[in-house]
Amino acid sequence: MELIIAPIRFNYEVSTTVILVFALFTGLLFGFFLEKAGFGNASVLIKQFYFTDMRMFKVLFSAIITAMLGIFWLSYFRILDITQIYINGTYLWPQILGGILFGFGFVLCGLCPGTSCVAAFTGKIDGLAVMCGMIVGIFIFGETAPSMAKYFNFSALGDVTIYEILQMNYGLVVFLIVIFALACFWLVGKVEERFNKKLS
Amino acid sequence: MKTKQQFSYWNPYIVGICIGILIILLFVITGRGLGAIGAFSSVVATIMKGIAPEHALSNPVYSEYISGSGHPLKDWVVFEIAGVCLGGLISGLLSRRFKFEVIKGPRISSINRLILAFTGGLLMAFAAKVTRGCTSGLALSGGAVLSLGAWLFMFSVFIGGYSISFLIKKVWN
Repeated sequence: MELIIAPIRFNYEVSTTVILVFALFTGLLFGFFLEKAGFGNASVLIKQFYFTDMRMFKVLFSAIITAMLGIFWLSYFRILDITQIYINGTYLWPQILGGILFGFGFVLCGLCPGTSCVAAFTGKIDGLAVMCGMIVGIFIFGETAPSMAKYFNFSALGDVTIYEILQMNYGLVVFLIVIFALACFWLVGKVEERFNKKLS
Repeated sequence: MKTKQQFSYWNPYIVGICIGILIILLFVITGRGLGAIGAFSSVVATIMKGIAPEHALSNPVYSEYISGSGHPLKDWVVFEIAGVCLGGLISGLLSRRFKFEVIKGPRISSINRLILAFTGGLLMAFAAKVTRGCTSGLALSGGAVLSLGAWLFMFSVFIGGYSISFLIKKVWN
């Protein structure tokens, strides 16, 4: 049963250069895939919010489902130790209200932080404007957040997962999410058909 | 026909599976997933350190990124995002989509589009600091490990987006 070999993690015997080159290569693949999806172009990405081309949802959800299944099965077969990987902490209200604000920003600019880089580096001036806006946004947060820390740390629940909060079996939640995603994939296909007909 | 296919976008489900496999490999090798907003935070913290070092080091938002011994830009997510820029550029050139232009709806001027892009980026980055992550670091990577906050964030982004998209229809259509 003692099979666990991952996460491997870099130990200090690996030089910083190797780690950074690996990070660069990882990003290179990510950026390549994002551009191939069409996400270097705001007018492609924004169609998600007018129901005419739901690529954003399809890519996001199929990536999550793939990674979720991979991580589940690797931990099931005791290759990956799930207690040793990074689980994003939950801050209930900051993440719900911040998510809504993020959605407003997304629809105004048509890009997200990662895709704005892809847009800018494929020559899209609006992508560059988004990147500049982000620099200013972080600066404003930096100058205001320390005095409002209690609001930003409100309702912190720690590294909690969906199956822990629902007190359900990990595998069952994974299964239910896969079913939910498949239903969504079918539904978005129908929605696209409908809205494209409406426009033409 | 073959050349046309070579330059068209990939099937979104294929792209999703590719990104999903990349995330699995990252979790196996490093124990965590992708990110994006963190790179911008590092850049801002580095700039602030250059302008006002004492102010930057006493501010918890910046000091997180600059208090280490090494150079603040010699960081995992900074190099990852540099890779994203490079990967986007390579694919853009190979697919002949690299072009200097302003992507906008037909009924908006370029200057207004750029103002909105800047404003949207500003709001999005501020929001991503409040939520502790963006679409890559929180929704995608956190979603894969079933973090409760990641899923709440993801649905909130869609709710926020759809609640204003039809009010500002003229911007994009």
